[in-house]
Amino acid sequence: MRREWIHAGLLLAPALILLFAFTHLPAIQTVIDSFFSTARGRRPAAFVGLANYERLIGDAIFIRAMVNNAIYAAITIPVSIALALAMALFVHRHIAGRAFLRMAYFTPTVLPLIAVANIWLFFFLPGFGLFEQLRGLIGLSPRNWVGSRDTALYAVMVVTIWNQAGFFMIFYLAALQTIPDTLREAAAIEGTPRWVFFRRVVWPLLMPTTLFLSVNATINAFRMIDHVFVMTQGGPNNASMLLLYYIYEQGFRFWDSAYAATLTVVMVVILAIVGIGQFFLMDRRVHYK
Amino acid sequence: MTYAARASDFDRDHLQHVAEEGLTLHNVSRRFDTAVALEDVSVHLPAGKFSVLLGPSGCGKSTLLRLIAGLDTPSSGAIRHAAREITRLPPAERDLSMVFQSYALFPHLNVAENILFGLSVRRVRKDEQKQRLERVARMMGLWELLDRKPGQLSGGQQQRVALARAVISERPVCLMDEPLSNLDAKLRAEMRVEIRALQKRLGLTMVYVTHDQVEAMTMADHIVVLDQGRVQQVATPRTLYAEPANTFCARFIGTPPMNLVPAHALAGHIDLPEGSLLGIRPEDISLTGAGAGVPVRLAGIEYLGADQLAAFEIGPESDPVRLLARLPAREALGDTGLQLCWPRDGEHLFAADGRRITSKAD
Repeated sequence: MRREWIHAGLLLAPALILLFAFTHLPAIQTVIDSFFSTARGRRPAAFVGLANYERLIGDAIFIRAMVNNAIYAAITIPVSIALALAMALFVHRHIAGRAFLRMAYFTPTVLPLIAVANIWLFFFLPGFGLFEQLRGLIGLSPRNWVGSRDTALYAVMVVTIWNQAGFFMIFYLAALQTIPDTLREAAAIEGTPRWVFFRRVVWPLLMPTTLFLSVNATINAFRMIDHVFVMTQGGPNNASMLLLYYIYEQGFRFWDSAYAATLTVVMVVILAIVGIGQFFLMDRRVHYK
Repeated sequence: MTYAARASDFDRDHLQHVAEEGLTLHNVSRRFDTAVALEDVSVHLPAGKFSVLLGPSGCGKSTLLRLIAGLDTPSSGAIRHAAREITRLPPAERDLSMVFQSYALFPHLNVAENILFGLSVRRVRKDEQKQRLERVARMMGLWELLDRKPGQLSGGQQQRVALARAVISERPVCLMDEPLSNLDAKLRAEMRVEIRALQKRLGLTMVYVTHDQVEAMTMADHIVVLDQGRVQQVATPRTLYAEPANTFCARFIGTPPMNLVPAHALAGHIDLPEGSLLGIRPEDISLTGAGAGVPVRLAGIEYLGADQLAAFEIGPESDPVRLLARLPAREALGDTGLQLCWPRDGEHLFAADGRRITSKAD
């Protein structure tokens, strides 16, 4: 009996050690760090209590990043999910060139976000970017999409949506294929209009997928900042500053690791609340087979 | 349990909707890219009758049902319901209901919502919906289950919900696509009786697809036998059994199937036209009877309790023909000198191309 326990422990050990060393310990360490000051030169880190958190509240850039991130999430999540659903419904039907369309929709997801951002940077280029040329055709004045405070955040959002909608489409497509054709036929016999069938049958049956995707999109909204690096670096004047990019700036450009740890704790708490909230809120309206 | 005891006012309401005539198919064909599913099918399915489309898998019976339902369109030919041409109408305008093999219940809706789906889509008034739901749910024994989701029901209960959904529409034609194939044998026997009783009480024009000859024989007013996309015979169950139109129907109906003995194997005992086949049902054969018997050799016995299935060989030993006989189990079978007899009216004669020859004298 004891031998079996030892064997079991040995088999579990590699995974446990890796998980603790690289996931749980750093997480705990981050929380601890957020109550200390940053060590600088000969001055070691000292316990400062909630000072770091007090600093947060007065930090205008942090507030800016939070607001930006809220706008960013509020727009990218529903838009990419809606777009994904529309594309999935479109390529689910028997249309000519279906395989090509599916591939075309999925391609943006395969490309690295850095590369995607570079492509879009060209589209947005002032003077001779794609959008500028189109605007020029109809006689509109040139605009600097990425470089302007009013539009920088939205330019970044467009790239996010373009990048993740194709990925989400795959999940909707898979879910659509699990809905038996006879349901549509049974509804057709009753004379159900297509829209009513979608609203009363397809949409409820897609709810689990929608929940899964909205959780994923939320996480992405806080996690994906590769394109911010390439396109705006959070500028101009923090107009496109997102929380994670701000953490990066604090931690790796200003080397204020304690403040970065504090910001990280805030972000993890937000993600946890949003994630758990979504599950509980939507669980009542989700049908699981 | 039958529907007879319940719901009598329901029947009267319903009967008023029943059309005068039934469904008629004129030269209907359905060709797919690689295959022909139906070839020149003309058949009349009378109103208020129980018609069964019977055939082996791949014979085109489900395609035929889908053409009637409007879920598919014929390559050529016309379909009429009473005097109305419905060949290209969408399913909803054909005034029919349908029960699917998989039941096609909406998994996220409860039983009541499933049954009422069609009425609510068609914006039937709420109070009328409620009345009709109560009537149908009580009649089908679903009254206590209205709040359940389909996933919480047994196969038989799901089947009832599917049936209730068809009944509540109060449409005169009801199509069923192998509705019992997912049930166990006992439940299937019960549902056969229930569906037949329901059809009679409501005066439904039923079109019922199955590959199970027992379902067809027990339920049908008349049977349409299909094979390889063509109608082989349209007849009442009794006629189909007594006078199969060709060798396919002869072999398809009856368990075990009818024996078909080529004329040459019987040469010297019975005179038959060259190349013809003699059909004899295993249950018509006996060891003793009027007239001279045909000598046979015993090849094997399958004991069934009341009966035994005996396999015999007939004709020359180098080229024997098998013959099955259903005999009383107490009848002892010797090894030698066996002779088989059958009554003259138990003989079915088929031409070389498989068609029945009505008069043997010719």
